Amino acid sequence: MSKWIPVCAFNNIYIGTGVCALIEGKQIAIFRPSEKEQVFAIDNMDPFSRSNVLSRGIICEHKEQLWVASPLKKQRFNLIDGSCLESDQVSVATYKTRVKEGNIEVQL
Amino acid sequence: MSKQKLVIIGNGMVGHRFIEDFVEKADLEKFSITAFCEEPRVAYDRVHLSSYFSHHTAEELSLVKEGFYEKHNIEVLIGERALTIDRQKKIVLSQTGREVAYDKLVMATGSYPWVPTIKGNESQDCFVYRTIEDLNAIEATAKRSKSGVVVGGGLLGLEAAGALKALGVETHVIEFAPVLMAEQLDQQGGQMLRQKIESIGVNVHTGKNTQEIIASGETARNTLKFADGTSLEVDFIVFSTGIRPQDRLSRQCGFEIGPRGGIAINNQCMTSDPDVYAIGECASWNDKFFGLVAPGYNMAKVAVDNILGRENEFEGADMSAKLKLLGVDVGSIGDANGRTPNCKSYVYVDENASVYKRIIVSEDGKSLLGAVLVGDTESYSDLLQYKLNGIELPKHPDTLILPAHAGGEKVSLGVDSLPDTAQICSCFDVKKSDIADAVAAGHHTLDAIKMETSAGTGCGGCIPLVTQLLNSELSKLGVEVNDYICEHFAYSRQELFHLIRVEGIKTFSELLAKYGSGYGCEVCKPTVGSILASCWSEYILSSDNNGLHDTHDIFLGNMQKDGTYSVIPRMPGGEVTPKALSALASVADQYELYTKVTGAQRIALFGAHKGDLPDIWSQLIAAGFETGQAYAKALRMVKSCVGNTWCRFGVQDSIGLGVELENRYKGLRTPHKMKFGVSGCTRECSEAQGKDVGFIATDSGWNMYVCGNGGMKPRHGDLFATDLDKETMLKYLDRFVMFYVRTADKATRTSVWLENLDGGIDYLKKVIIDNKLGINDQLEMDMAAAIGRYKCEWTETLSDDNQLKRFAHFINSDLHDENVVFTPIRDQKRPAFIEEKAPTYKINLEEV
Repeated sequence: MSKWIPVCAFNNIYIGTGVCALIEGKQIAIFRPSEKEQVFAIDNMDPFSRSNVLSRGIICEHKEQLWVASPLKKQRFNLIDGSCLESDQVSVATYKTRVKEGNIEVQL
Repeated sequence: MSKQKLVIIGNGMVGHRFIEDFVEKADLEKFSITAFCEEPRVAYDRVHLSSYFSHHTAEELSLVKEGFYEKHNIEVLIGERALTIDRQKKIVLSQTGREVAYDKLVMATGSYPWVPTIKGNESQDCFVYRTIEDLNAIEATAKRSKSGVVVGGGLLGLEAAGALKALGVETHVIEFAPVLMAEQLDQQGGQMLRQKIESIGVNVHTGKNTQEIIASGETARNTLKFADGTSLEVDFIVFSTGIRPQDRLSRQCGFEIGPRGGIAINNQCMTSDPDVYAIGECASWNDKFFGLVAPGYNMAKVAVDNILGRENEFEGADMSAKLKLLGVDVGSIGDANGRTPNCKSYVYVDENASVYKRIIVSEDGKSLLGAVLVGDTESYSDLLQYKLNGIELPKHPDTLILPAHAGGEKVSLGVDSLPDTAQICSCFDVKKSDIADAVAAGHHTLDAIKMETSAGTGCGGCIPLVTQLLNSELSKLGVEVNDYICEHFAYSRQELFHLIRVEGIKTFSELLAKYGSGYGCEVCKPTVGSILASCWSEYILSSDNNGLHDTHDIFLGNMQKDGTYSVIPRMPGGEVTPKALSALASVADQYELYTKVTGAQRIALFGAHKGDLPDIWSQLIAAGFETGQAYAKALRMVKSCVGNTWCRFGVQDSIGLGVELENRYKGLRTPHKMKFGVSGCTRECSEAQGKDVGFIATDSGWNMYVCGNGGMKPRHGDLFATDLDKETMLKYLDRFVMFYVRTADKATRTSVWLENLDGGIDYLKKVIIDNKLGINDQLEMDMAAAIGRYKCEWTETLSDDNQLKRFAHFINSDLHDENVVFTPIRDQKRPAFIEEKAPTYKINLEEV
């Protein structure tokens, strides 16, 4: 079982926004949708533009699930399974997360 | 089989319309078509002739789409007059000696202005008002004149007076009858119109019989002598004393002529020669001729159908009209003078607002016979439908003309009560059923309906009705018509704006809890973020609202395709000092930024890493720059020319005004981006008419244009007000911008906003200029508050350490994004393509 890698303090992320973390050479987007101690991690690269921008998208709710809308062309990616609302041809990888003692940890 | 030869004499509005309709219906393989066009240009819009002075190009008035005639192989003989017709040989001979044979001939020779025999009317200071050439001559004379008079106070005369006013000369109107527009208005209506026209500075003289024009005067070049012994001194004279059918050629060729002139036609629009048709103002049907364009269009249709062997008859025409003369709304329907025996009238007069409305109803009070509307034509289309379709009037017909506040509940004629055959658009003869069919065929927006049916693309008077009809048909089809911004809020942007303002809501979560549901999305979040910023002008990045904004608002720059940002400092009016320019250059050099002059008269630096933005901006701010809000839905910039500061043609300080306006409105969040333009003279080098708001200098102030647009769907701005002084201009502008901020839907440019605004530009003028809604004080206060709260967002961001932390690419590392790679281009750089990146592949290839 892979290890939990510490990333940053939970409070370093503003409510309703995302950040990008460099974890073992990988760019990972981490989102904090609300006040709740809950974060989501997906690949930071937008598969459409091949640019590292997803952490800078707006978190949104559709079909009672949370997504992030790419800041470039607004395609939406599911924060839990990485699927894309606009196309079933593309998806992004997702990662397990937890908040432990005020710190965010990610499992690759 | 040889082609049938079709010849049309005359290429005015009706002649061209005939060709358009023919092209649409006929198999063009079977016809060869030739049109004579005596004027030096093909058909143009004579109805809106006076706009030539405000917009000033013949191209804009043209009715012929570029390449239309070429595409359909139609030969148009421009500048060539038909001299005679040999009806035996079926040949038209032109003044150049050309002979054109025909199988079928269509006369569309129109009318000519009739000038009464007044001594001195041949002077070179006397004009008529019919063609673009006439207008050019009037304009040239107006330039060396102080005053002008229009003889004739009818519909066209008042149009002409509007043109003189626009040319900036002292304007007079002379009318023989005791009232203006005696054809269309009753006495009291004419009186109200006169008051309104006089209040804008046009001098009206009624009951005057002009007897002589003497080419001298004490204060002007000419003196008009009237029968009552009085006189008037003016520099030039425009005659608008009626039109006569242009039937000279037909008389000479022996066609039957109507008793009051005009080529006699039957119900098929056929003349006394079965191979010759006549349509439009040159034709006489049942001894009547029609000086409006709509009946002419109808005749064109009938003639096309009959030539193609289809059945169609001309059944006369309704002469009702709704127009705007010298800024005054005027409407006339049916028996406006109440000449029907035993008819009864209802009259509403508001001298305060200069509104006069009268309806004339039948003896039994059940049907509408006529109406006169001055100063307010809102009820015109409803009344016209009552008249045309014989719909039974409500029990109290006066409710149709009473204003809503007068107690009478507004009885609106529901579109459902109209019969399927009801004509909705009279310019293009579009019926209710045509629109219903178009909706059923999937055209679900006003734009789509306009494209499909042409309804509303002529005078535009029917647009409110078309919109109602569209909505009613949509709901019949079960298509829900709503303007909710998204699934999380069952409100339009305008409604949310009011809720936020009235309840003093300051955060998204508060609004969501009270009026929304769920979590929110990429549509409602930025919309609400923008409204909050417009309403409270608070720092856009307060931590509460951070997650609402698109990345360009959060990082105060536009994200480019590779995830880097652009840096665009404000250069008000396009002005920049050499010193500031060199500071900008040194920053660009230091960070190796791609540098380009934008379309908005300023300089953009591209390719900045997010993490470098604070450093870049602190250097720029130290050099005196501030943010250009190029990333925001806000006023971007005011484009200006150098005006009378430098330019030898300039008449006002356009650059000074540009700088002032840009500084006044910078930073204000608007439903979409806004651009202004200011031109220092009529040459319009700043393209102000293509901007959301444009000002064009005149000798005495500024003409204001609104709701223009470049971009995907270019639109020229509408002339909103003329000769404004600075104070009035700023008032109008404050109100206009705030009204747009309050009422537009999300991401709606001013052009689309206006097109969807019920009542269009006239309604907008009533709100902004006449304070129809009584909100102008509030709008001005809101704007003053917003202006007072302006702060440079970059300056604020740089002073907040917490905010600065967000700019690093990684939350846990100082590295840059190594996926951002550039390739050299023309001594600068551009983002590398994906195949140019992939460093691992490169290494492998080198090893092989």
